[in-house]
Amino acid sequence: MENNSLSWKIGGEAGYGIMTTGFIFAKACSRAGLHVFDHAEYPSLIRGGHNTYQVRAEVEEVFSHVKHVDLLVALNKETIDRHKEELAPGGGIIYDGGKTPLSEEGLGREDVKLNSIPLLRLAEESGGRRIMINSVALGASVAFINFDFEMLSSVIRDVYRGKAKETIEFNIKAARLGYNYVKSKGMEEDFGRRLPKVGGKKRMLLTGNEATGLGAIKAGCKFYVAYPMTPASSILHLMAAQERNFSLVVKHPEDEIASINMAIGAGFAGVRAMTATSGGGFSLMTEALGLAAMTETPVVIVVCQRPGPSTGLATRTEQGDLKFVLHASHGDFPRFVIAPGDVEDCFYKTIEAFNLAERYQCPVILILDKFLSESHKTAEKFDVSGVKTDRGLLFSDEELERIEEFKRYEFTETGISPRAIPSQRGGIFTATGNEHDETGYLSEDKTVRTKMMDKRFRKFEQAEREIPEPKLFGPKEVEVTIIGWGSTKGPIREAMKLLDRDGIKANFLQIIYISPFPKNTVSEIFETSKRIVIVENNKTAQLASLIKEKTGKEIEHKILKYDGRQFFPTDIYQRVKEVL
Amino acid sequence: MVELADLKTVGQPNWCPGCGNFAIWHALKSAIVELRLEPHNVVIFSGIGCSSKMPHWVNTYGFHGIHGRPLPIATGARLANNNLTVIAVGGDGDGYGIGIGHFIHAMRRNLNITYIVTNNQVYGLTTGQTSPTSDKGFTTKSTPTGVIEMPINPIALAIASEATYISRGFSKEMKHLTKLIVDGVRHEGFALIDVLQPCVTFNRKNTYEWFSERVYKLEETGYDVTNKQAAFLKSLEWNGRIPIGLFYREIRPTYEDELPQIAEAPLVRQRIEEINITALMDEFV
Ligand SMILES: Cc1ncc(C[n+]2csc(CCOP(=O)(O)OP(=O)(O)O)c2C)c(N)n1
Repeated sequence: MENNSLSWKIGGEAGYGIMTTGFIFAKACSRAGLHVFDHAEYPSLIRGGHNTYQVRAEVEEVFSHVKHVDLLVALNKETIDRHKEELAPGGGIIYDGGKTPLSEEGLGREDVKLNSIPLLRLAEESGGRRIMINSVALGASVAFINFDFEMLSSVIRDVYRGKAKETIEFNIKAARLGYNYVKSKGMEEDFGRRLPKVGGKKRMLLTGNEATGLGAIKAGCKFYVAYPMTPASSILHLMAAQERNFSLVVKHPEDEIASINMAIGAGFAGVRAMTATSGGGFSLMTEALGLAAMTETPVVIVVCQRPGPSTGLATRTEQGDLKFVLHASHGDFPRFVIAPGDVEDCFYKTIEAFNLAERYQCPVILILDKFLSESHKTAEKFDVSGVKTDRGLLFSDEELERIEEFKRYEFTETGISPRAIPSQRGGIFTATGNEHDETGYLSEDKTVRTKMMDKRFRKFEQAEREIPEPKLFGPKEVEVTIIGWGSTKGPIREAMKLLDRDGIKANFLQIIYISPFPKNTVSEIFETSKRIVIVENNKTAQLASLIKEKTGKEIEHKILKYDGRQFFPTDIYQRVKEVL
Repeated sequence: MVELADLKTVGQPNWCPGCGNFAIWHALKSAIVELRLEPHNVVIFSGIGCSSKMPHWVNTYGFHGIHGRPLPIATGARLANNNLTVIAVGGDGDGYGIGIGHFIHAMRRNLNITYIVTNNQVYGLTTGQTSPTSDKGFTTKSTPTGVIEMPINPIALAIASEATYISRGFSKEMKHLTKLIVDGVRHEGFALIDVLQPCVTFNRKNTYEWFSERVYKLEETGYDVTNKQAAFLKSLEWNGRIPIGLFYREIRPTYEDELPQIAEAPLVRQRIEEINITALMDEFV
């Protein structure tokens, strides 16, 4: 059996600490120098309902999780019933046989090993609280893979930092009892997977949302305003926690309408501002999105998608809002839409979003989804040496004094007009959501209207020439090109590894900038590729239809999934093979 | 020093002749002059409606936004730069209809914002439909057989929403109104100035005459502006006599006062070029 890689999953009832337990396991693996990708699934409930947390850890870099499970920690019977089919041959289940008597025959899987551990009894022995079965299971898990117990206990200490001292000690003791139980019975002997401790550079373990928050802070976002909505809320939590450390003002106002309007107000006053929400909240923001465009006010909006329509599946994932963000709000106006695919993209593209918003004085939308927003991935510490702050054309006080008549919306060649911000003498103007002339004064004149529309779009033509090209992963000459956007990046990259093992050459064109659209590169791919497939986590292949709109090319092979769950690499691998 | 002439813009208000907004416009400009505010440090925010065009006709910075949203936009700007003098202007439909949620929250927030509501008890710009402050029974294009609901009482609502400066002016009393605006801007915290502003085109009931027969000034009655309970009782007076003036004032820390992040310098003055996130990244290891 193969070593150096593990897929571990814990399942149980919501409200029993599955998330924290999974995170501790993931973090311990990351601290050991392994590459980790994790993913949690939970229903829209606080107590009751089924929660799982799956951690994949390997020596090599991993980009997504996998469908199979090597070691399943079942805190209840339901976990076994639901997930036994996912177990890889030779896999194991950790469960409490005292509570849930089971046999291999009864399970219907004779190729997996049942490891009954008295989780409840050990939890009670450790300090008496039932909830500590989680920690017992954690200790048992690390015993199975021959992992360093100290690594685990140090992470427990860090993650529970701030809790009562005895709580921490009880949890460590519970983990120790679980660990010792497995070791004393030699249970790990016939479980073939071992995770080594790898030295080397320390990596971060963070989610797409956390990387986005870090990017915003680094970019100089000083005003963050958002109304809670899954899966965007963790950005709010991160920003609020850093409020005093980085001198930010973070506001949770009455609704999403207030959020975006406040962000626009701050942008108008010269501060970098951001808001984040999911589709439902963004629906409420659309009117103000147009206001930002009309007043040419920089603002960054993060849309963390979840399945709709309406409240849809509140805690699941989908890429169903691309067309919506591209067309949101009435009237014709340009906006940037950027789709990061992993935590690194989230960090660097968020910084870019702030630069673009100020450079082009318009709204910039970052589009994520639950899978990217909430999955943790190990990442090298971000390299901030190349990060630049581009505040665009902002008149200095001296420049303004020299100007006879300041025209906030001056017709320029690029369409970008230099800004002034309130408090600057000589920069006085009124921003308005109504059509206006070069000074900002209301105008319904047909020539002015036409010229203003052209000016706003001229900025975008300029942007089309300046934005980076989409990234091509893999060799140029291939049998199949996979196109995707957003969080499918990870599963696609993993699927490429699987295809490569079968000797199939594939590459992957990741479309990060969706608006403005990289027409030329995408058109070229149609010339050079034998076969193109598109992978999208939605029903109607929204990017494929945009590609058709922009290039006239129809993508025949569409790999789509819209059951509220993300792709597994094997899903993509199998479907690509069917196409070949 | 700023003079009235400095506050002139290229455009001229296009309100109907006799519109109550003219007096509010003059009062606002006079208040800016009296307060010796420098126009480049003042921003006037507005929503949508006849009165919401105001920022275009006062030569300060301005933001004429969307219907019902002047307060959130003003809030963002005020938090971005707490050195600015922030004034918001809008109609009763704008503030008490579509924007009422923001209105209530802005008051309990107590940011240093002055909010002037030009209350003509009707929708002007959309040509005369009922507004949230229209009297019960008032007939309009959208309520041809008369409004069924009771009107909103902005003063009572403001008291209940913890506003710290609550007043009512009347368009015909320009000097009085100017003073209310001056005091409202000077007040540290959220200041509401609800202005009885007859719409000469669409409101044939609540006219200048109708108000003139009823209004009286609170300050001429030995009224105590610090008694919240008394203010609440006063706010219920409408049909026979209508009080104008300051209903209630309270000194309470502003929202900005509670933010150490902006105690030394407004956000807009803080450097963003070399933010060091090394320690923050370490937290994720
Ligand atoms: C979202 C939205 N709904 C409706 C309108 C149309 N509209 C413009 S002004 C207005 C009401 C104006 O009434 P009020 O706020 O009392 O201001 P007034 O014109 O009387 O000064 C409405 C409904 C709009 N611009 N936006």
